[in-house]
Amino acid sequence: MAHAHESNTKRIWVVFGILSVITIVEVILGIIRPAVLDNYVLGMKLLNWIFIILTLVKAYYIAWAFMHLEGEKGSFRWSIVLPLLILIPYLMFILLVEGNYIHDVYHDGFISWDF
Amino acid sequence: MEATVTTGSEEKVWGGGNEPLSASYGKMMMWFFIVSDALTFSGFLAAYGFSRYKFIETWPIADEVFTHFPFLHGVDAPMYYVALMTFILIFSSVTMVLAVDAGHQLKKTRVIWYMFFTIIGGIIFVGSQAWEWKNFIKGEFGAVELKSGRILQFLDASTGERVALADFAKPLHGERVTQESNQGIWFMSETTLPSFSVEEVKAGFEANHNIVARTEMSDETGKKVVLTREQTAERLAQAAMVVEGANLVHNEYGNRLFADFFFFITGFHGFHVVSGVVINIIIFINVILGTYERRNNYEMVEKVGLYWHFVDLVWVFVFTFFYLV
Repeated sequence: MAHAHESNTKRIWVVFGILSVITIVEVILGIIRPAVLDNYVLGMKLLNWIFIILTLVKAYYIAWAFMHLEGEKGSFRWSIVLPLLILIPYLMFILLVEGNYIHDVYHDGFISWDF
Repeated sequence: MEATVTTGSEEKVWGGGNEPLSASYGKMMMWFFIVSDALTFSGFLAAYGFSRYKFIETWPIADEVFTHFPFLHGVDAPMYYVALMTFILIFSSVTMVLAVDAGHQLKKTRVIWYMFFTIIGGIIFVGSQAWEWKNFIKGEFGAVELKSGRILQFLDASTGERVALADFAKPLHGERVTQESNQGIWFMSETTLPSFSVEEVKAGFEANHNIVARTEMSDETGKKVVLTREQTAERLAQAAMVVEGANLVHNEYGNRLFADFFFFITGFHGFHVVSGVVINIIIFINVILGTYERRNNYEMVEKVGLYWHFVDLVWVFVFTFFYLV
């Protein structure tokens, strides 16, 4: 292996720092929940968008640095990441749209379920 | 250096010993397992999102459900405990990657120590999750389930704080005892009765004039709608049973699907952590025995490391979708 003997300790601690800072920011936002971020952007609260983006940043660092995808051959790296990047958003899109539709059916329907 | 068997026919492409993606067989298979497992988890989380969108107005607020911290009884501490758990898992991921790094340099003692800390972190995490489950199952305030299956939670009208059933329910005499199989006709038995009956809760509601209730329904700002005295009395007439804590069928925190998904997803993740700890222990013993030292290759540590990081990666998403969003 080409990277067999070099040490990546510094890089590991830097990534740990980044992950910690992101988590702390998430927790602080989660406790305060600033009213400013309650506005809806593209059908979801801005705060929730921030949480999801920060989570994806964390996932990137874990996969690239800790799981060492950055050191793998490009073809190998993308054969792992691309299926996930295509299938998961697709599944999310279908199920969330469907869930929203069923919500509307319940909401506008004639059946009372909250009594 | 490589774990792959050399066949002596490297000049032929299909002769073996060839690594088209510069990754050994074992590592590649671990990665492909992780891809399929990631899809399983995203299926669960997508199902959770589906149900949540379906019941978006009545979904429980996570900040009001997970409020416990060890040794701080009665202190409202949302998020802190789960944030601590997240840190423990991230840190055990760091020690794991340090172990892999030490393995690349063939430093056996360092690998042993780093793996040891990783295993300890994993065990602490599983223990924390068990504690979280215990609190969730035991419940905090108690609630009344209506005939429709919806939950009615009680508050103090003047302060807006939640009130436990124990604080206002009026004990009535002549209450029913648990039906056991040796007492009745046939061999019929039932699970333990809740601490209070519906009648006791109703009597307590009549006696305390500042008790009101809220339903699962949220208003536009995401706060649960609080009913008036009269509305509460009207709803309480429909009461079917008293619910304390949460299980797969009843859930005092609100929508029972919330409890089902909580148990299922965090349980499945916890199962992964447990198996990760077990696999780590096996490799840890092998490192101590010097197996990889003799092999002059610590790639096994790297492979279990991949699995361990994956467990951490999944938790990052579970944390976001269960506790933050």
